Amino acid sequence: MKPSVEQQRTVALVGNPNSGKTTLFNALTGASQKVGNYPGVTVERISGEIKIGSRRVEVIDVPGLYSLQAISDDERVALGVLESSPDLVVCVVDAPNLERNLFLLSQLAERGIPLMVAMTMTDFLEKAGDRIDLSRLSNLLGVEVTAVVAHKSRGVRDLVDAIDRNLSQPRRSTIPSFRPDAITLRASSIRERLLRIGLDVRQTEIADAISGSSNELLARLDAYPEIAAEIVAARENRDAVVSGDAHADAAERYAWASMVARACLSAGGRGVRSVSDRVDQILTHRVFGFAIFVGIMYLVFQSIYTLAEPAMDGIQFCSQKLGDWVAPMLSRWPVVQSAVVDGLIAGIGSVMVFLPQIVILFFFIAVLEGSGYLARAAFMMDRLLGWCGLNGRAFIPLLSSFACAIPGIMAARVIPDSRSRLATILVAPLMSCSARLPVYLLMIGAFIEPRFGPAWAGFALFAMHFLGLLIAIPVVWILNRGVLKGKRLPFLLELPPYQWPKWRDVFLAMYLRGKVFVTIAGTTIVAMSIIIWALLYFPRSDARVQQYRSEFRGAVASARPDLSEESYVEMRQIEDSYLGRFGKTIEPAFRPAGFDWRISTAILAAFPAREVVVPSLGIIFSLGKNQDEASMDLRKALMTAKRPDGSPLLTTYTAVGVMVFFALCAQCFSTLAIAKRETNSVWWPLFMFGYMSTLAYLGACFVHLLERMFG
Amino acid sequence: MAAPLSTTPLHAGMKARVSRITQSGSHSRRLVEMGLVVGTEFEVLKVAPLGDPIEIGLRGYRLCLRRKEAEFLEVEAVG
Repeated sequence: MKPSVEQQRTVALVGNPNSGKTTLFNALTGASQKVGNYPGVTVERISGEIKIGSRRVEVIDVPGLYSLQAISDDERVALGVLESSPDLVVCVVDAPNLERNLFLLSQLAERGIPLMVAMTMTDFLEKAGDRIDLSRLSNLLGVEVTAVVAHKSRGVRDLVDAIDRNLSQPRRSTIPSFRPDAITLRASSIRERLLRIGLDVRQTEIADAISGSSNELLARLDAYPEIAAEIVAARENRDAVVSGDAHADAAERYAWASMVARACLSAGGRGVRSVSDRVDQILTHRVFGFAIFVGIMYLVFQSIYTLAEPAMDGIQFCSQKLGDWVAPMLSRWPVVQSAVVDGLIAGIGSVMVFLPQIVILFFFIAVLEGSGYLARAAFMMDRLLGWCGLNGRAFIPLLSSFACAIPGIMAARVIPDSRSRLATILVAPLMSCSARLPVYLLMIGAFIEPRFGPAWAGFALFAMHFLGLLIAIPVVWILNRGVLKGKRLPFLLELPPYQWPKWRDVFLAMYLRGKVFVTIAGTTIVAMSIIIWALLYFPRSDARVQQYRSEFRGAVASARPDLSEESYVEMRQIEDSYLGRFGKTIEPAFRPAGFDWRISTAILAAFPAREVVVPSLGIIFSLGKNQDEASMDLRKALMTAKRPDGSPLLTTYTAVGVMVFFALCAQCFSTLAIAKRETNSVWWPLFMFGYMSTLAYLGACFVHLLERMFG
Repeated sequence: MAAPLSTTPLHAGMKARVSRITQSGSHSRRLVEMGLVVGTEFEVLKVAPLGDPIEIGLRGYRLCLRRKEAEFLEVEAVG
């Protein structure tokens, strides 16, 4: 490795949401971005390294902020980045929204940090015939201002040069402080007291504590109760001191912002908004708007559902072929062979199969977000979701969960309020995903359609899809009242003007989300599928196989002429495996649901992925593992299976019970792993698994109870 | 007359002014930080079919908020 000439510098990109910050970040860093997590919170840390001259510069895409007085986790994290003293803060300001952006800028300026401004969306102004005087703005602010139209790569070079210049010679803003004098005075006297006891705290931090916007300082002053008390006293005094108006500070900042904006902007004529307005008239029209919304959502859903299918089949085909290709090479070591083919390769395949859905969903989310439509969709859907404690932004995550909960949970990132986000993540897997379809089709094909006809079969399929949605409503209601802590944030949503999505942003979003998923999958999910494989494989020995064969030749072959010796051996092996034994051990627990050990073992075997239940049933009913939901043999085996006392194993009710169980259970390790990542906690996925399994179990028991009452 | 935003009858196209903010918690602070300071004029652009949320235009941008979450915002009709 080459020794670096200079140590790495840090540049923080800060700005309002929708200011073009991420587009600018993407233009600067491209695919070199790294996605991590800030410790302890669910906020992602997105950064990328660029080289400027001989400097290595880490650019951090700080979560969007309207104000430095944080109320959400995202904002607290953003504040933390600023407090970690980056070498330079680049405030991203979008020109059409200059006035509101200057509010945040005034707070940044007050901190006395090295600062510069990147002015985005000047092309919007030009289109409207407006002009902005950047050198005047730079003079008024006391820091450098550079215009950049990132998606056209205009001005990116200049921005990089400006960053370089400001890293060498940092500038700090010269604008006056907006804090009421009384607070500033108190803050400076408290600062002196703290210095005397050896604590160097910035004055702005103390002022924040006095104005009540941050409790972090107070928490740190636990050991100095008298100083903490002084801050609290100053805070209680504050309203009296500041002329009774707690919002005077903001009003002053806006008065200044509006003055600066007037000085730097010269209006030509109105134009850009009016195009956007005309589009909006149609897209949020009371009648057409709703129809268009349904149409777009249908397109999104259908695409995740069907466009992904060929890719998913391809991945499945490849992993199968890879297994077939590798198997002969390992035939001398059957344990290794099975571990690699049935454990590792099948595990990787079952994980990769979700990748197409994730990439497709994030294509649509990036397009909808980049065009400004996502905010309108949230506006239209808010009332529908708001009354049970979610908000309009939860719609897309929940809708896409009907295809697959994994991208759905990842998409919950569009919800800034961490409490609503968590509620959305926790109920997303209740939506009936496509992996449940094989179970439904198998059970309906065997028990509903032959007895009640296709109309009832269709109804049963619909009812199963509806069940999770129906259950989700009370679940959210209870979560919001009993489980989720923390303050719910108000639903505030900026509606940016419509524009063409930036294709670089779209493809980077797809790439990064895909990468995040594969990173998770590459570790936890594959490890889990190997563990389940081992539990199904061991203990196994030649002696046992001999014993199964003699069993078959002795009595079974004549009693069941339809069975082949191989599938009998396979069935006996799973029956005697650790998982099979466990399935038998917990059989009594499933008795209230009317399931015997065969169903309970299939449920256990399907722990990593619920769709595995169909091939598992295939093995358990001695039909071999290559059974799918359309298999007539498997249907027949299920319909004719008997309990030891001769009664049928599955009735229509039990079949419905199995479907209800799989509709409500959380048997998808990929979902749990992604929930762990997105909630940054092991407790929430455990909670998810616990409550869903309980619901699934109770649901199946309830169906069995109905059977005993009416059946 | 000034009345809380949550109870003021609103229709698209009407203009109003913030006349008083009767709370100082983090929720009201956020609205103020987004530009709804006392004296700010805004236009009601859209009212969702069931009365909530609403879309308003202020300081050159558009903001969607729930009326029932803005009962501390007293407004008066303008013009």
